[in-house]
Amino acid sequence: MKLRILIFAIVAFCAQSVSAEPLRIKITEGVVEPLPFAAPTFVAEDAGGKGFAEKLTQLVAQDLASTGLFREIPYQAYISSITSFSSPIQFSDWKAINAQALVVGAVSASASGEMVVKFRVYDVFSNAELGSGLKFSGTVDGWRRMGHKVADVIYTRLTGESGYFDSRIVFVSESGRKGARKKRLAIMDQDGANVQFLTDSADLVLAPRFSPAGERVLYTSYETGFPQIYMLDVGTVSKRSLRNDEGTMSFAPRFSPDGNSVVYSLEKGGNTDIYLLNLSTGNTKRLSDAPSIETAPSFSPDGSQIVFESDRSGTQQLYVMSSSGGSAKRISFGQGRYGTPVWSPRGDMIAFTKQNRGRFHIGVMRTDGSEERLLTASFLDEGPTWSPNGRVIAFTRETQGANGSSKLYTVDISGRNLRVLPTPDGASDAAWSPLGR
Amino acid sequence: MRKQALNIILVLSLAALAACNKNGGGYDNGQFGSGGNGDVNALGVVTPGSPAEFQTAVGDRVLFGVDQSSLSAEAQVILDAQASWLMENSEYVAVVEGHADEQGTREYNLALGARRANAVKEYLVSLGVAGSRLKTVSYGKERPLEICSAERCYEKNRRAVSVLDNLNF
Repeated sequence: MKLRILIFAIVAFCAQSVSAEPLRIKITEGVVEPLPFAAPTFVAEDAGGKGFAEKLTQLVAQDLASTGLFREIPYQAYISSITSFSSPIQFSDWKAINAQALVVGAVSASASGEMVVKFRVYDVFSNAELGSGLKFSGTVDGWRRMGHKVADVIYTRLTGESGYFDSRIVFVSESGRKGARKKRLAIMDQDGANVQFLTDSADLVLAPRFSPAGERVLYTSYETGFPQIYMLDVGTVSKRSLRNDEGTMSFAPRFSPDGNSVVYSLEKGGNTDIYLLNLSTGNTKRLSDAPSIETAPSFSPDGSQIVFESDRSGTQQLYVMSSSGGSAKRISFGQGRYGTPVWSPRGDMIAFTKQNRGRFHIGVMRTDGSEERLLTASFLDEGPTWSPNGRVIAFTRETQGANGSSKLYTVDISGRNLRVLPTPDGASDAAWSPLGR
Repeated sequence: MRKQALNIILVLSLAALAACNKNGGGYDNGQFGSGGNGDVNALGVVTPGSPAEFQTAVGDRVLFGVDQSSLSAEAQVILDAQASWLMENSEYVAVVEGHADEQGTREYNLALGARRANAVKEYLVSLGVAGSRLKTVSYGKERPLEICSAERCYEKNRRAVSVLDNLNF
């Protein structure tokens, strides 16, 4: 459903600028023909730029192609070459190879490490530029990030939606055999580059979650021997314990949208309920009070509601309550068990894990539980997290058996474009940062 | 009566004990591992009052049904013996570790393991073990004992293990 809106956005956008010929996007039962684009190697405008032109162009093209919405035309097919950023575009040469979009760029880098990237996007079949040229400046060590920013602008111009390439993923890096797995927190760019470990593997850690501004991470650690929630500063990699109440377990923490509170699960005497911790006062408030298991809470982006899972009906199901607590409304009614709900950043959908007849699925539904759609199926899929633009979901897939291991995957919300996220070792419990972090 | 049952288990367990130790205790979650050589002599006789006796002769773990935390009749027999042993060996405290099989989501399994651990604690307390001597923790599905993806493994992973700690050490 959301994809149709996205496709509509592309078509509507193109209809505005195309007068002679419409873009040839084929929609066949929800399957989209990716839009072909050409991204000739960016022009190196000085000696420093030569070292970056090729890899920067590749990164931009890879970002765009990774969405499954766009298909890069191989350079071997090119008729024209781009030798100068300002020379006129021979549109007929790009039309001939069916490049519907053309990205032209230039890069320069000074000896002191300053880098400038310029780029333009063209709608080939309307002989026109999409938007106007843009210039990003930065330092050479941030070249990947500049490339992701370029790709985000191109994505936005072609789809009308915000991008997600300049973002990061925090996750649990896993090693060792299944019965005694070592786990440590790690963070990386959304394309798997720049992996940095945030904790060592001395203590079992679970389920990191970003703050709304992306500068802090909440997670659960067995540092004391008992699961408790912690908050880590991504920049300084310093951490502090948020709860350590004797005889209880705290887990499943997530920030409120304003970043000032943490909603989490507290287990006491075998019973797990949902609590809210005010980070500035340290005060806690109990939001659910039932003998059943209440866990995996996630705020709506406007902060007014919380979706969570509960087995109060006898099996795990999804419920929505006010963020001040009180009565909750069940929203999942299909076959099987539902868990780990996550509200989308757009506010319109909830992603979840579904367990039915021995299979696990990642799915999405409207916030009232309608229009449930399963996106994946495997022996064990769980723990969805939304890309900052709400178009892609990352999740954990674990293979079965004694040699089973976990990897991170992404899928778009139509269920297309399933991909493995490259990680140095096994990986689980991904959480996607906001855009620009 | 309970003592008699314990003796029977002891006798039955002796033969199996050597085999148990060959496994090296596997991953036992416990500070005591397989109990230590000092607890078992060359003839395989368990030192009374030792962690090895608790683990092998008494039985340090009980198993649960799928998504269940209720104690079966078999589990209750084991816990009756655990309670007797703990009351006779007051220098020990225990952490009851609750676990789940891999067929569930991470957070839910943590909560489920806590339910199981607490069911064991409450039962032991009901038999007279001081609540202050028992802590609970859940590992959810993080520490499976058996690693195949089949019910024969899952049934051993849905467990609560009473792990001893000696106050004098």
